[in-house]
Amino acid sequence: MTRFRLPAWFVLLLPAIIVLAAVVLIPLLLSLYSSFTSYRLTRPDSLYNWIGTFNYEKAAKSAHFWAAFGRTLLLLTIALNLEMLLGLGLALLVNQVTYGQRALRTIMMFPMMFSPLLVGFQFKFIFNDNVGLVNNALQSLGLSNTAIPWLVDGQLAFFSILVAEMWSSTSVFAILILAGLFAVPRDPIEAAKVDGCTPWQSFRHITLPYIMPFIYIALAIRSLDVARAYDIVQIMTNGGPARRTELIWTMIGRTGYVDAKMGYANAMGYISIFLAIFFTIYFFRKLNAARAELGMGG
Amino acid sequence: MAQVNLRNVVKRYGALQVVHGVDLNIDDNEFVVLVGPSGCGKSTTLRMIAGLEAISGGEIVIGDRVVNDLPPRHRNISMVFQNYALYPHMSVRENLGFSLKIAKKTQAEIDQAVDEAAEILSLTEYMDRKPGALSGGQRQRVAMGRAIVRHPDVFLFDEPLSNLDAKLRTQMRTEIKKLHQKVNSTIVYVTHDQVEAMTLADRIVIMRDGHIEQVGTPLEVFENPANTFVATFIGSPPMNLLAGRVSKDRIVLENGLDVPVPGQFSDKTHEGQEVILGFRADNLMPVGHAMPMGGASAELDMAVTLSEPLGTETLLFTSIAGKEVQAKMLNPRPVAPGERLSFQLDLTRCHLFDAQSQNSLR
Repeated sequence: MTRFRLPAWFVLLLPAIIVLAAVVLIPLLLSLYSSFTSYRLTRPDSLYNWIGTFNYEKAAKSAHFWAAFGRTLLLLTIALNLEMLLGLGLALLVNQVTYGQRALRTIMMFPMMFSPLLVGFQFKFIFNDNVGLVNNALQSLGLSNTAIPWLVDGQLAFFSILVAEMWSSTSVFAILILAGLFAVPRDPIEAAKVDGCTPWQSFRHITLPYIMPFIYIALAIRSLDVARAYDIVQIMTNGGPARRTELIWTMIGRTGYVDAKMGYANAMGYISIFLAIFFTIYFFRKLNAARAELGMGG
Repeated sequence: MAQVNLRNVVKRYGALQVVHGVDLNIDDNEFVVLVGPSGCGKSTTLRMIAGLEAISGGEIVIGDRVVNDLPPRHRNISMVFQNYALYPHMSVRENLGFSLKIAKKTQAEIDQAVDEAAEILSLTEYMDRKPGALSGGQRQRVAMGRAIVRHPDVFLFDEPLSNLDAKLRTQMRTEIKKLHQKVNSTIVYVTHDQVEAMTLADRIVIMRDGHIEQVGTPLEVFENPANTFVATFIGSPPMNLLAGRVSKDRIVLENGLDVPVPGQFSDKTHEGQEVILGFRADNLMPVGHAMPMGGASAELDMAVTLSEPLGTETLLFTSIAGKEVQAKMLNPRPVAPGERLSFQLDLTRCHLFDAQSQNSLR
C-alpha cells in the first residue's frame, strides 16, 4: 500500500503559502467579508449578519465621508506639490555646497528620524493658542495682539497640519532629488552651456529631465504616505474640532475603534484604497515615461 | 570666423598649477591640434577657451574680444565632447536644433540649418531617433552636427574620436578633415593621439606638464623636433635616442662605439659635450633594403633581436650600445632572430640634442 504524498513543489511552497495566508490573505478576505456585514467589535456575533452593500451605500451617501475624502485629496495635492518644490530647492542648494556637504545631508535627514507622533506633539505645542511658540512670537514681535486659534479654526488647523507634514517629509524629496542630481552627467550640462543656455535654461532643458524619474519616485512614495495620513492629525487635532480636519483614515480609525463599527470602517477603507492605488499607478506611469524619455527603457 | 589668441594663460587649482603661462596665436580658419600625454593641460586649455574653466591668469581673445569673464554662451563657440554629451531625451533633430531654439531662431531657420547639417553629416535617416538608438559613430556625427548648425566663430574638439574603435576613428578623422574644408572655420582640437594630430592639423601644439614644448606644422615638428620629448612623442615608432659624448668630431656612445658628428651639427658641438643622438627607424636600414641615402652615412653591423613584419616594410629591433633601437627594412624578407645584418645610418637625417637641456642643437 503506498501512502499519499503531496507533490514536492507544493511541500516546498507550503511554508510561504501558510505565512502569506496568515498575515495577508486571511485578514484581507476577512476584512472584505466584514465590510458586507454589520460587524461591531462590541458584538462579535454581528460578524455573521450579512447586510450586502449597505455599508458601501452608506459611505457613498455620507457627506462626512466625502468631506474627509476630499480633504485628504486636498492635503495630498498641496503637501506633495509644496514638498516637491521645497525639496527640489533644498536639493539644488545642497548640491552647490562643496564643503561640509555630508554634514548638511545628515542634518537634512533629521526630520525623518522623528516618529510622526512626536512631530504631531511638537507642532501641537508650537501652534498652541495659549503657550505655543507661534502665537508667542507673533505677539512679542507686535504682529498680533490676539491669540490666534491655530488648531481650532478649520482652515488654520488644516494649515497647521500641512506645516507639520511638510516639516517632517520635505527631506524625503530633498534626499531623493539630491540622489538624482548626483546622477546627472556633467557633459550634457556643459554642452548646454556652450550651446548658449543660461543657468535656468540648462536646468529646465537638461537637468530637470534627468531628475524627473527621481521626482516621480518621491511622489509615488509620498502619495501613499499622505493618503494614509493619520498620526500627525490624530495627535494635533484628532480630526476636530467638529470634523473640520477629518481625513479618511482618522475617520475610519474612529469609526472602527471608537464607535466599534468595524464593518462600516472596512467598507470605507476599501473605497479609500482606490485613492492610493490610483496615485501609485499614476506616478509609476509617469516614472516609466520619464525613464523612457531618457532612453532608460520603459 | 575668428582668430584665437592665448596670452600667458595660467590655470591653478588652489596651490596646484596645471597650465603655466601658455602663449598661442591661432589664425582665422586654422586647424590647430593640441597634443600631449594625459595630464599635460591640453584639455584644461581647451576648456578655458570654451569658458567651462575659469582662467587663473592671462588673457584669452576670440576675434577681437577678451573673453576671460564671458560665460560660454557669449563666446560664440561650439564644442564636441569626448563622450558626445548628447541630450538623451531629445531626438537627433532636437539635439541638432537645440542651440538655435535657445537662441530664439524661427522654426524655418532652425529647420533649414538642421537639414543642412544633417545633409553634410549624412544623418538624414536618423533624425527622429534618440541618441540611445544610435551607434558610436552616428552619435559622434550628431555631436559634430550640433556644433556646426550654429556657425560659430571657433570649433573646439575635446578628444572626439577616443571612444570609437580603430576603424571608425580613421573614418571619422577623414570626415572631420573634410568638414573643416567644407565649413571653413577655426578649429582647436585636443587629442593624445599623435597620428590624429599629424593627419588633421595645420599646426600642432605639443604640450607637456602645462607648458608648450613646440608649435609647428606636422612636418616641422616631425623633421625638426625642438627637444627629446617632441622627438619621442611625435612619430611612430618613437625616435631612437642614444646618449654619447663628443670627441674629435665623433660621438662616442656608451660602449665605445662611435659615429661621426653629423655635418649639420659640426659647428654646434664642442669637445667633451654630452649629447643625445636621435634618429628614426626610417633612417636606420639594412644595406640592400634601404632608400638610397644621399649624404653621409655610417655603417653598423648588428644582430636582430626581433622582427615585426608590417607587409610593405618590416620593423627590426636591434641594439646599439646596449640600448634597444628600431630599424626599418624595405622590400622585406624573413629575418630570423639573431641574424646579423649590416645597417646603414643616414647621418644627414640624424638629430642631436644637448644631454643637459634635452633641447635640439639645431
